Amino acid sequence: MNRPLLACLIALVLLVVLPHLGMGDYYINLFSQILIFALFAASVNLIVGYGGMISLGHAAYLGIAAYSCTWLVTHGYGQLTAALGALMLTTLVAAVFGMLALRATGLSFLMITLALGQIVWGLAYRWVALTNGDNGMALPARPAPFGISLNGATSFYYFALLVFACAIFCIWRMVHSPFGAALKGARDQPRRMSMLGHDVWMIRWLAFILSGFWAGVAGLLFIYYQKFVSPYALSLQQSAEVLLMTILGGAGTLSGPVVGAVIVTLVKNVASSYVERWNALLGLIFVVAVMFMPHGIVPGLVQWRRAATRRKAKAVGLVPPTAEPPRADTPRPAPDAKLERSA
Amino acid sequence: MQFWLIQTLNSVAFGGLLFLLSSGFSLIFGLMRMPNLAHGAFFMLGAYFGASFLAWGINFWLAALLSGLAVGALGLIMERGLLRRLAGNGQGQVLVTLGISFIIADVCLMVWTGDPVPVPAPQGLRAPTFFIGYAFPTYRLVVLGVAILAAIALHVLMERTRLGAMIRAGVDDMEMARGVGIPVSRLFMLVFLLGAALAGLGGTIGGPIMSAYPGLDADMLPLALVVVILGGVGSLAGAFVGSFIVGFIYNFGTALFPDFAYVILFLPMVLVLVLMPQGLFAGAAR
Amino acid sequence: MTFDRRSVLKGIGAGVGVAAIGMPAVLRAQTKPFRIGFMTVKTGPLASGGIQLEQGLNIYMKERNNILAGIPVEVFTVDTGGAPAVALTKMQELVERNQISCLIGPLSTQEALALDDVIRQTKTPTVSVAAADDMTQRRANPWFVRVTATSSQCSHVMGDYAAKDLKYKRAVTIADDIAYGHEQNAGFQQVFEADGGKVVQKLWPPLAVPDYGTYIAQLKTNVDCVFAAFAGSNGFRFFRQFNEYGLKGKVPLLGGMTAFDEALLQQMGDDAIGLLSVNYYSAELDNPANKKFVEAMRRDYKVDPGYYGAATYTAAAVLEAALKTVGPKGMDDKEALMKALRTNKVEDTCRGPVSFDTYGNVVGNVYIRKVEKKGGRLVNSVIKTYENVSQFWNYGPEAFLKNPVYSRDYPPAKNLEP
Repeated sequence: MNRPLLACLIALVLLVVLPHLGMGDYYINLFSQILIFALFAASVNLIVGYGGMISLGHAAYLGIAAYSCTWLVTHGYGQLTAALGALMLTTLVAAVFGMLALRATGLSFLMITLALGQIVWGLAYRWVALTNGDNGMALPARPAPFGISLNGATSFYYFALLVFACAIFCIWRMVHSPFGAALKGARDQPRRMSMLGHDVWMIRWLAFILSGFWAGVAGLLFIYYQKFVSPYALSLQQSAEVLLMTILGGAGTLSGPVVGAVIVTLVKNVASSYVERWNALLGLIFVVAVMFMPHGIVPGLVQWRRAATRRKAKAVGLVPPTAEPPRADTPRPAPDAKLERSA
Repeated sequence: MQFWLIQTLNSVAFGGLLFLLSSGFSLIFGLMRMPNLAHGAFFMLGAYFGASFLAWGINFWLAALLSGLAVGALGLIMERGLLRRLAGNGQGQVLVTLGISFIIADVCLMVWTGDPVPVPAPQGLRAPTFFIGYAFPTYRLVVLGVAILAAIALHVLMERTRLGAMIRAGVDDMEMARGVGIPVSRLFMLVFLLGAALAGLGGTIGGPIMSAYPGLDADMLPLALVVVILGGVGSLAGAFVGSFIVGFIYNFGTALFPDFAYVILFLPMVLVLVLMPQGLFAGAAR
Repeated sequence: MTFDRRSVLKGIGAGVGVAAIGMPAVLRAQTKPFRIGFMTVKTGPLASGGIQLEQGLNIYMKERNNILAGIPVEVFTVDTGGAPAVALTKMQELVERNQISCLIGPLSTQEALALDDVIRQTKTPTVSVAAADDMTQRRANPWFVRVTATSSQCSHVMGDYAAKDLKYKRAVTIADDIAYGHEQNAGFQQVFEADGGKVVQKLWPPLAVPDYGTYIAQLKTNVDCVFAAFAGSNGFRFFRQFNEYGLKGKVPLLGGMTAFDEALLQQMGDDAIGLLSVNYYSAELDNPANKKFVEAMRRDYKVDPGYYGAATYTAAAVLEAALKTVGPKGMDDKEALMKALRTNKVEDTCRGPVSFDTYGNVVGNVYIRKVEKKGGRLVNSVIKTYENVSQFWNYGPEAFLKNPVYSRDYPPAKNLEP
């Protein structure tokens, strides 16, 4: 039996029936937002988790997609044209930014992405003729694909779910394709990959572009949902938040970013109604999570379960005494969750 | 004439402030290869501590030292309690340091409310100094002096002391340092303490210029990163020169190209990094 | 970590909120409460203003024992952290879960504009402090009421005062490079130049500028005044650095709406004495409502109310008057409530008498204030009152709205000197 597949199916069924569990629109909208940020985090995960490079400027792609889509729609273009145009522009920008950022690695990479993000943010504030400055831009209406209105909470949720499921499927295919293997290889053993004849730079660049593209898709969902975009969507906070979601859930795993997005979105939107110091709570969650699961929640849970099975197996004498569990300070990461090894 | 004189003074004075901000970050990164993204929060905490110490009537310089110690102690706890377990786990370090900065920012908001808090300059340094008839804030010149003193002290520490020699060995080759019996773990602790303390000290000393306000952390962290990146990561000399370069770019850039004010720091930085990914002083750093 | 008691009660579904429990039993039994959503910012860099908004509203509700115009009210407070996306979710929470009849807030323009659509759809009467001009001009939302002022409303007055009363001829302006700064600045320039003055230099520091030194060094000093329009802590930092460079006493500094707010004043120290600024309110206003308000703020929170505190206190007064008009029976009729909000003239708010134009913006007094020291504390003493100032100054809506919205480049600066 293929357990991951089964788990995916169960999750999908749950997600499909979710709006019919008698919750109000508020919760359905909340789930739509979680899907949007989960997709956004999954896009970041491509470069952070599988590529092993920490980007602190990903809000730029979400924002550019949202802004350009709104600009096109308000200037008389159709929704489809606007969506495609926005995605093309975002991908193009990601290609250029990727070229610049991939000149460097490590902290310098982080810094270039941050700087590029801040430049885009500055433009949104300063280029008022194009962006309307901090007064932001409003999207007149959500699109109606094939004449289906997305104005209701439930219909929009299904739309977001459809896009999300397609995106995750594509990302999953990519990760398990030869290209995905090469990307992970470039992360773990860049020198060996080069010697084997792979163009490590090109692999990373393609991953960067793909990451920008999916962030653009998330940006489209974002603007469809919010119907309003302002420089806040491009801010450093937004970039940091999505990066934190990804790492919290477990970078380099498929479900990690989703878990991170669920937690952060719920704390920001729901827990903040009950806990006044919710910012500190969020910080505390990050710290505590990393203490117990240094590589994120999903890899942490996997490891715990393994440890538990091993203990159980040991208790009934199935494991020879030589197979000691790894020492606590040298955790054995889950196969998918290897982290950058650059010094 | 006035323009060039005052803006030059502005640039070097701001550069001094930036060195106080970024030297600690650079020190930590150089040895531990860890971006301490809580550095801006440390700086902010230093400014708030300074404001409170001064409000209790403590002498300014003593207040700065106390803030440095307090923030250093916090750094020590953080290193021992959290970061030590995350060696080599870059993503975990990002998560923890940003998480800590969230907590610090929220606690500051709780303790000092959201209103900006002034950090008064020492009494005798409040009146401006005159250069050929042009006024310039005396205190900023003092900050420049303090930054240069700090740079000299750090240089002596690194080049002339046993501790410095051990740190240099660790920066050069961690495995080798471990091999020859340098207590790397204790070294990490000391360096993190020193880096955090520098941020706290810088916070109080920068206080009369910056004031303490919510958001100071987020305003300062990118600046520290810009300096460190431009100067070449982990090199104190690079951080020193980088600070003044950023000071000049910022002051003359905003004055001469006001339309680019929003991107004035980041645009040149991207250019430099694209042309010289290792920073301006990669070759000269060691 | 503290828990917001009201929210927790609400969260566990305690049925009746604290507000209702505090009421006389008779009322509780008879009337269902009027539900007010209150959206503010209590975390992040914007928290300063958001906390004062909450203080002002708390004082009003405490004074009235949570009963407005004979109707018990429940206030549901939410914190957005200043994020427009969160504001939208919180709005849905307020509308759907708390079933509010009216919204007070949000704080920032970005948030208010993010809510524009949902406010229209849900027809929620909204009383906000967000200042963007066009929210009550070219993009007026029929469900929006502003009791404070547009960005430019008060600086029009300062332009007039500088040119006519102070007889200033040449001015420099410096403002945050965001719409709030642009609009304030444009308002000043428009009236100042119409009255014969000249704006000879305009400086625009970005929002998150680390240091104003480079801008202060550029300020022309051969002018009559510097008009400074900043938001939040920026005005505070600018002022301190202005003094650092020895400019205090050399060039008069005129403040915009939030530049020398009461919240900043005590921290600014005696250097601030003599500064002029303009606002729709001053804690020094001599009217019975304000005296009570200021006294309560000093007692409960140890602060003087300023721009933000007075905003919610005024908003609550305007709301109370509207509830009086519609009565307990009509309080759920949103159209009626909205009509009452916009057509009532409320004589006795803490900021003085207010009425509203057809766009939902306040017509009320605007005050020129001077920082003085009274009884050991710094206060903004009122030195001149401009009565019943409209957002259109004295141009009339039609003529005013024909022009483009105020911006960095409109009105064009014709008198700049190199």
